[in-house]
Amino acid sequence: MEILVCVKRVPATGGQINLTADEQDIDTRFLGFTVSPHEECAVEEAVRLVEAHGGSVTVMTLGPAEAEEQLREAMAIGAGKAVLLDSGGRDWDPLATAAALTAAIRGREAADGPFDLILFGNESADSGGFQVGIRIAVALDRPCVIGVKALEVADGNVRAQRDAAAAREVYELPLPAVVAVKEGINLPRYPSVPGRLRAKRAPLDVLTPDDVTGGPTKVRLEVPVRVATTAEVLGEGPAAAPRVVEVLQQLGLVSS
Amino acid sequence: MILVLVEHTAGRPERTSLEALTVARGLAAATAGTAIEAVLIGPGAGDAAGWLAPQGVATAHVVEHPELTDYAPAAWATALAEVMATRRPSAVIAAGTDRGNEVLAYVGARTGLPLATNCLAVAPGSTGNGLSLRRQRWAGSLIEHAELAAATALLTIAPHAVAEEHADEPGAPSVASVTPTLASSDLASRVVGRIEPDAGTVSLSDARVVVGGGRGVGSAEGFAELEELAGLLGGAVGVSRVVTSAGWRPHAEQVGQTGLRIAPDLYIACGISGAIQHIVGCQAAKAILAINKDPEAPIMQRARYAVIGDLHQVVPAISAEVRRVSGG
Ligand SMILES: Cc1cc2nc3c(=O)[nH]c(=O)nc-3n(C[C@H](O)[C@H](O)[C@H](O)COP(=O)(O)OP(=O)(O)OC[C@H]3O[C@@H](n4cnc5c(N)ncnc54)[C@H](O)[C@@H]3O)c2cc1C
Ligand SMILES: Nc1ncnc2c1ncn2[C@@H]1O[C@H](COP(=O)(O)O)[C@@H](O)[C@H]1O
Repeated sequence: MEILVCVKRVPATGGQINLTADEQDIDTRFLGFTVSPHEECAVEEAVRLVEAHGGSVTVMTLGPAEAEEQLREAMAIGAGKAVLLDSGGRDWDPLATAAALTAAIRGREAADGPFDLILFGNESADSGGFQVGIRIAVALDRPCVIGVKALEVADGNVRAQRDAAAAREVYELPLPAVVAVKEGINLPRYPSVPGRLRAKRAPLDVLTPDDVTGGPTKVRLEVPVRVATTAEVLGEGPAAAPRVVEVLQQLGLVSS
Repeated sequence: MILVLVEHTAGRPERTSLEALTVARGLAAATAGTAIEAVLIGPGAGDAAGWLAPQGVATAHVVEHPELTDYAPAAWATALAEVMATRRPSAVIAAGTDRGNEVLAYVGARTGLPLATNCLAVAPGSTGNGLSLRRQRWAGSLIEHAELAAATALLTIAPHAVAEEHADEPGAPSVASVTPTLASSDLASRVVGRIEPDAGTVSLSDARVVVGGGRGVGSAEGFAELEELAGLLGGAVGVSRVVTSAGWRPHAEQVGQTGLRIAPDLYIACGISGAIQHIVGCQAAKAILAINKDPEAPIMQRARYAVIGDLHQVVPAISAEVRRVSGG
């Protein structure tokens, strides 16, 4: 099986988000970078499928040159090939992102043959557009299922499960297909030392895509105001227990 | 005209769709003479249309098709696109649910129109063309102000961003029935079966009390103390991503951006620092009690109550005290 996984580099924000002075971006000066947990799981799922069925995993990103780091992390857990579409450091809108990735996928498939499966995260961690995977599936005219928490490939079909309010839904689609996964589908492995070394030296293709902006257009960012509360300290250590239970009683959670 | 995709269960519109209708009416009011029409799809659609009288909907397009017995995202998008083609709406709005986001993404992909998901507010643009909107990024930890200029604006509304309201002038919508022309590719991805959840355990989403555990719990075994307290309070255990990544607990218990959103009466956060991605999952709790050995942990700024100390001493002491006062 030939599998492609699309991942997006995002800052690993912690306890709070700080913006740059022009309110256009997150201030990333003191932050590390990562990809969405959904996308980490997509990479792991691809690697497991290839371990079971043979083939190879390619990872692709549209991002700044530094996104090489995220591609190499994916290679460290088992992706064999990587493609970086240089975004010039700009934040591309979902239409432009999907168009750039679609063009690169078409180029790759023309050269090396089709991908049986293209995996996405359910939504990107930062912009959360819930659409890039579907736009690409429609452009490539392939069936697509999103929100996937369990995936099986057999006899040229994928069987996927997705959470819904009442019960888990089951989908079955023919390959080639597009699947967007959610965290929880698997528990991603930690990269091994040989894996890391291999990833460091592996070749990486860099392309420069066309930007065809389509919107929506970002005007500025805003950190929502949350009233910081001053927690009432009920005590220190186990000695606080009686006071805690008084509060539980006040809240009606323990009968008095 | 503004077209709203109304999701429904057992013949009743979903609350998130009524919220989307509320936003649609607000947008319609800003441009005099704009009507609201609704699209409802699949079994029960006609019954659900009957609930739209208080919503100021002029026409309900009820979509029925022998193949549309269950959810099929591309087919839903085709049905919606058929109504769009004849009714030419200035905006199409859905709830920012799994299905609402998915169906509008298909519509956007097919028409080449941009889509703004999980909007918090929408208004006519200041320059006269397009819309000004605010939408969620980072699952709501960050807000993006954006502009959307398109022949038809595609929008989804973040669940519970606005309170559902009734129209000033209710009226029974006229019903138009629609039988879309579906291609086989529209049905390639559809629900072919369901797996019922295990019954019995207190569901995390419905629990009145959630005892949350993070890295500070230290091990899978460490959760026995949290489970004991949750059991005594009739609640459930929830966890941070560090805990699921370490394999200590299943992902189904994860609270946050890539896990569950919960809204219990009390969330007891034990050994959890309070990263924004965790907070977006528990900020709807009525109150948070943080148990942490670090009085400076960010969770303290979100908590109503705090206990400073080692959770492995504090949690068992609380359980013992609960037992004592309840005479157990
Ligand atoms: C895109 C994205 C999505 C994410 N989604 C989620 C998500 O859905 N849910 C989620 O939880 N995280 C999510 N994360 C991860 C998140 O950023 C944090 O890494 C994570 O929430 C931290 O978990 P923690 O609080 O358990 O661990 P830490 O941040 O390491 O905090 C541990 C805390 O325990 C305290 N502590 C340690 N020992 C003790 C003790 N014995 N007694 C009392 N206190 C003690 C420490 O003082 C500290 O405050 C996401 C991250 C990204 C980038
Ligand atoms: N810049 C990007 N580069 C590669 N993949 C992306 C990019 N943006 C989004 N994706 C993929 O599309 C999914 C959905 O993104 P979104 O529509 O932004 O929520 C993500 O989880 C990624 O798998």
